[in-house]
Amino acid sequence: MILPFYIIIPLFTAFLISLIGGKKDYAAVIFSVISVFSLVCLSLYGFFIGGRQILVYRMSAWDIPVGINLVQDSLSSFVLVMISIISLTSVLFSIQYIRHLSQDWKYYALFMLLLSGMNGVVLTGDLFNLFVFMEIALIAAFSLVAYGGRAEEYEAAFKYAVMGSVSSTLILVGIAVTYCSTSTLTLALIAERLPALNTKVVYWIGGLFMAGFGLKTAAMPFHAWLPDAHSSAPAPISSMLSGVLIKALGIYVLIRIFFNVLGAPELFMRIFMVLGTVSIIIGVFLAIGQWDMKRLLAYHSISQIGYILLGLGLATPLGILGAIFHMFNHAIFKGLLFYNAGAVEMALGTRNLKNLGNISKLLPVTSGTSMIASLSISGIPPFNGFFSKLIIIIAAIKSGHPVYAFLAVVGSILTLASFMKVQRYGFHGDRVIETKQTNVGLAMNGAMITLAVLCLVTSLMIVPGIKESILDPVIAVILNKTQYIQMVMGR
Amino acid sequence: MIIYLLCFVLFLVGIYGVITKRDLVKIILSLAIMGYSANLFLILFAYKKSALYPILEKGVDVPMVDPLPQALVLTSIVIELGTTALLVSLVAKLFQKYRTFDITKIRRLLG
Amino acid sequence: MKRQTGMTLIVKTITRLTVWLIILYGFYIILHGHLTPGGGFGGGVIIALAFLNVLLAYGREFTDKWLKISFLEKLESLSIILFLLLGITALLAGKLFLENFIGKGHLYHLLSAGTIPVFNIIIGIKVAMSLFLVIWILSGLKLEEGEEA
Repeated sequence: MILPFYIIIPLFTAFLISLIGGKKDYAAVIFSVISVFSLVCLSLYGFFIGGRQILVYRMSAWDIPVGINLVQDSLSSFVLVMISIISLTSVLFSIQYIRHLSQDWKYYALFMLLLSGMNGVVLTGDLFNLFVFMEIALIAAFSLVAYGGRAEEYEAAFKYAVMGSVSSTLILVGIAVTYCSTSTLTLALIAERLPALNTKVVYWIGGLFMAGFGLKTAAMPFHAWLPDAHSSAPAPISSMLSGVLIKALGIYVLIRIFFNVLGAPELFMRIFMVLGTVSIIIGVFLAIGQWDMKRLLAYHSISQIGYILLGLGLATPLGILGAIFHMFNHAIFKGLLFYNAGAVEMALGTRNLKNLGNISKLLPVTSGTSMIASLSISGIPPFNGFFSKLIIIIAAIKSGHPVYAFLAVVGSILTLASFMKVQRYGFHGDRVIETKQTNVGLAMNGAMITLAVLCLVTSLMIVPGIKESILDPVIAVILNKTQYIQMVMGR
Repeated sequence: MIIYLLCFVLFLVGIYGVITKRDLVKIILSLAIMGYSANLFLILFAYKKSALYPILEKGVDVPMVDPLPQALVLTSIVIELGTTALLVSLVAKLFQKYRTFDITKIRRLLG
Repeated sequence: MKRQTGMTLIVKTITRLTVWLIILYGFYIILHGHLTPGGGFGGGVIIALAFLNVLLAYGREFTDKWLKISFLEKLESLSIILFLLLGITALLAGKLFLENFIGKGHLYHLLSAGTIPVFNIIIGIKVAMSLFLVIWILSGLKLEEGEEA
């Protein structure tokens, strides 16, 4: 019963904001905060109370082979919680950050469209509907990247839009091949009919979707658009794109298609592992040389996505546990790091590490939370990043891939090195900076502190007892293909 | 079979244009060609020999072509319209800023 | 002689004569969407093209005065809200989201198929407005202004 509201609420808010239009900017802020907050409540309710069984919703009461259906299982509700938490903090952060750009209401309307697209992708159980929601999210994302109106932003948005269109076309061809061979678009039915077909069909479909969604995920050979797009966008949008969008449109869909529909074919699992490891190493090497703070963070997104892909490619329960856990953790600490970069840029007018110095006195909250986030991303206990990376590395060793495990450790050490650089030059440098252009307001600090606290709290998810109730159902959904089919088909 | 191959050639023409052309407008046109080839592919799948359009009519009872891919193509055309409009406006804005349509000269962002 | 915006007198006259016919045809397509090919999308495109004719023949200023672009923008947003509200009404009537909640009528009649004609009308408005507004905004982009790189 609650399922369509994940999509209705943000969509309704988006067009309500655009209906009210330019006169009252505070109304747009209020509407979007209310809408995002209700989405947080809804997703937490769905996760903890309603999410113990699979919910299937038939849109406009058409039965499954004919109509579009929405499916919420543990994996969907887990990703929904992640999306809504990051979007709540992002809206809070935007209130002050976006004010210096013109026409707030367009920003909030696009933000809500982005949110409804992502929620739709996560919830839908129909392949083409997934494509449509993905395009809604992507078009909103292209516009938001260009929102600042500077030359670099248009350039980044153009690159992003071209790459996005190419990948969408590949996905459309993949959908065409799927429909041609199985004559259905419902994910569960495709999963049911595929094993009876020639295995070449699986390779065709898998290859096309791998290229298409791999471009959205920005794994290594397809990464070129990510650093531009994610570093040029406004800071709250960078955190949405890096923290949530590449996971909802990339990782989540890859999991859904390759595990629940195609049934984890051996070849693609190996490709996942190779791509993941290459992304870890090359992403971190490219990141170390950067002096632009947001660009450095964007390259780290590629590297951290590599860890998730490596964990998924292992296809053991432990590896998937690590991947899922790292996906959530990465959303939180990468969101926080982008907020830090945005706050620094707003307060001091630059985000080049060479021009920064000791700002721990000037911006205590920003530098404190950035320390926590840096420790998390480089995997220092007791923060959440440590546990998820450790699980992935242990899983790699256990399943007999010591080389991948070694490379993951190397990547982690290099991550630590590059964040020591950020802390050394950016926040605790020699030059003491004493003047700032603007104050970092309460809502921005609140958003950063919330995520910093979550960095510590989410590491509790691995404690036995909590792990069984939160992470284990998600892993069960991913690993059990037939259960997904049966639950959706209602048998 | 040959018609599928021609469709694939159209797709390759699109990809070739996206990769090699330096003019922003030509890149957009190549993207459109890629999109059209994907749409054509969907329509070709649905085609059946000696079948009618998929509309229910009084007193007509012959096999229809599959209506679903046509609906998909309609939707994907609309999506491509939106993306193309966005790309065109981005190109106009880029021209305002850089005074050129040449992508090799639009390099304020590194790598 | 004062320089006029838009095209020549011939084009303007023809446009003035045909624009309402084209809009009428668009409405016909929208209203018969559940019976014949077409529907909300096709009819909306036809209406948008009628507006585009006016834009081409008479120029931007006249079109803005004639159509009130700000009103069209409001209408566009409103149509989606109406769509969602109609979907939620089905929920209030005890049905699923977007489900048909009024009588289906007889096959092949104009007033049949439950809520589908209503959705067609809403989609027609939405498509007409958004397609025309896209063209309107693109036609307003100027390449001359802006600083040197």
